[in-house]
Amino acid sequence: MSRALRLAGPLGVLASPAFAAGPIEAGTRQAVDWSAILIFAGFVALTLGITYWAARRTRTAKDFYAAGGGVGGFQNGLAIAGDYMSAASFLGISALVYTGGYYGLIYSIGFLVGWPIIMFLMAEPLRNLGRFTFADVASYRLAATPIRAMAATGTLVTVAFYLIAQMVGAGQLIELLFGLPYLWAVIIVGVLMVIYVTFGGMIATTWVQLIKAALLLGGSTLISFLVLQKFGFDFNALIAKAVEVHSKHEAILLPGPQVANPINAFSLGMALMFGTAGLPHILMRFFTVSNAKEARKSVFWATTFIGYFYILTFIIGFGAIVLVLTNPDYHVGGDVKAALLGGGNMPAIHLAHAVGGNLMKGFIAAVAFATILAVVSGLTLSGASAVSHDLYASVIRRGKVDEGTEVRVSRITTLVLGVVAIVLGVVFEKINVAFMVGLAFAVAASANFPVLFLSMLWSGLTTRGAVIGGFVGLISALGLTILSPGIWEAVLGYPKGSAWFPYVSPALFTMPLAFLCCWVFSVTDKSARAAKERAAFEAQYVRSQTGIGIDAAAAH
Amino acid sequence: MDDKMLARIEGDPNYRALVKERTAFGWTLAIIMLVLYYAYIAIVAFIPSVIAIKVTGTITVGIFLGAGLIVLSILLTGIYVARANSRYDDLTRAIVASATGVAK
Repeated sequence: MSRALRLAGPLGVLASPAFAAGPIEAGTRQAVDWSAILIFAGFVALTLGITYWAARRTRTAKDFYAAGGGVGGFQNGLAIAGDYMSAASFLGISALVYTGGYYGLIYSIGFLVGWPIIMFLMAEPLRNLGRFTFADVASYRLAATPIRAMAATGTLVTVAFYLIAQMVGAGQLIELLFGLPYLWAVIIVGVLMVIYVTFGGMIATTWVQLIKAALLLGGSTLISFLVLQKFGFDFNALIAKAVEVHSKHEAILLPGPQVANPINAFSLGMALMFGTAGLPHILMRFFTVSNAKEARKSVFWATTFIGYFYILTFIIGFGAIVLVLTNPDYHVGGDVKAALLGGGNMPAIHLAHAVGGNLMKGFIAAVAFATILAVVSGLTLSGASAVSHDLYASVIRRGKVDEGTEVRVSRITTLVLGVVAIVLGVVFEKINVAFMVGLAFAVAASANFPVLFLSMLWSGLTTRGAVIGGFVGLISALGLTILSPGIWEAVLGYPKGSAWFPYVSPALFTMPLAFLCCWVFSVTDKSARAAKERAAFEAQYVRSQTGIGIDAAAAH
Repeated sequence: MDDKMLARIEGDPNYRALVKERTAFGWTLAIIMLVLYYAYIAIVAFIPSVIAIKVTGTITVGIFLGAGLIVLSILLTGIYVARANSRYDDLTRAIVASATGVAK
């Protein structure tokens, strides 16, 4: 034990108070799992080592924000997959399938279908026009100050929702495995992510993503293989058994009551598809490659890895129904009707134990933890860039700031975001993580995507149209989200049925509204500035198509 | 990029071919993706019972459609990359060469 403690390093030391708390909390927490802790510790040690290495290579702003701009298409594709396959995908979707059957798979599909759209319409112009953040692209020919203020706000709101989902997943996971209080778990994640990002910037974040993506793809493949093995590699038999044991029986093959209302189905579908194209931490990854060709390759590899992963969620989700739902060992008090040990987001972790015992569970838990750490790092870096590169350097200092100061502001922001993430993680402890990510997507689809899309493809967009459209999308998506049952009833505690906005996602209304406002307030904009902005589209378009001028811009 | 260079690129037949072909191809693939995805969502929304119809054994229409959409996404992005890496990159190289070559 003492040897294990020593190997476990900081995590082992932090885990020790759990022994004292253990007997009191025995009903909800499990015994400390040393295999999991050792694998965790190994990952943390490795990534901290990489961070140390990366910190020495992070000198310029381009290193900090874009890993120097020299990441290859394949690596960047894998890193995008790493950024995208979050704890919400792995833990959340398997949890949704576990409770609702086919409903969860609608998320799996929706999360992927945005990628081809990014490829066909956005990836190349994005790389040809931007430097560090998507606001660079949106403000290319528009007024920098208002556009960057809008884009930074959109980024921070999206990042906040997404961070909540990851922190909650991390807290529940570590609580389950280490027997650590939820709060401590959330703090560990917050501290590690701040270390990665402040010291290692995009270089460290990219490497953390690569390792995590490989671990997650490997781990999911292994679980799926073991699940299928139990059914003689007969997917039919797996589904048949799931239908037999689930309390809803045949109904788990239906889309489910959450999307029984067509407005819910379309709204969710829209948020998932277009939200992908408005996620700031994903868009940021397009600036780490050297040219449009590598950006294109990145999207292809990302789509392939992510698609493969979501196919596996079909097997993992139904596998959890069969092997976790009916096993009393995984439920509070050994009662299969009671809640799952560790909370509602844990079916995938219990499934790992069901197919591969403690070692497998430890491995998968470590993978899930690595997943969360990697995603929160990417999110935090993107939030910090929005503050330092867009708000501080462009809006507050009007571009009159040296790179060193800008990067320093980014590091300080990272620290603040770490604290905010911890607080939000505690406040939203009980929420389903996939649902929360759905909301982040709704905001991304309604605020970031319309402005970015139109700025690249529509010559008529003016600053006035973009700012009003972006803020209308943001505020309406945020407002309707707060008034929807998921927040109004589940978080704020108002009685069931009292939510003002009755649908799961606002995107169906707010995204078209944002586009409409962008259009109306652009075409009615008769100012001299608007005329100039329309005229500047020509040169922007040539650059977005050919990449001519990109090197000069990257060097200044 | 100055106005002279801009005019030169815009007058380049290669540039016009690139923009025309890539825009048409990109939007065609995007519309295929959008139509098929929203057709799927329409089934989920309006005739959800179809999702649970069994095709082979217990595997349902919904599972086939879902897996099909995922595989289709990968295939379409692959097709785009294949075309872009040959045709569009060749055109782009030619455009850049003629634009920067004359500029010197």
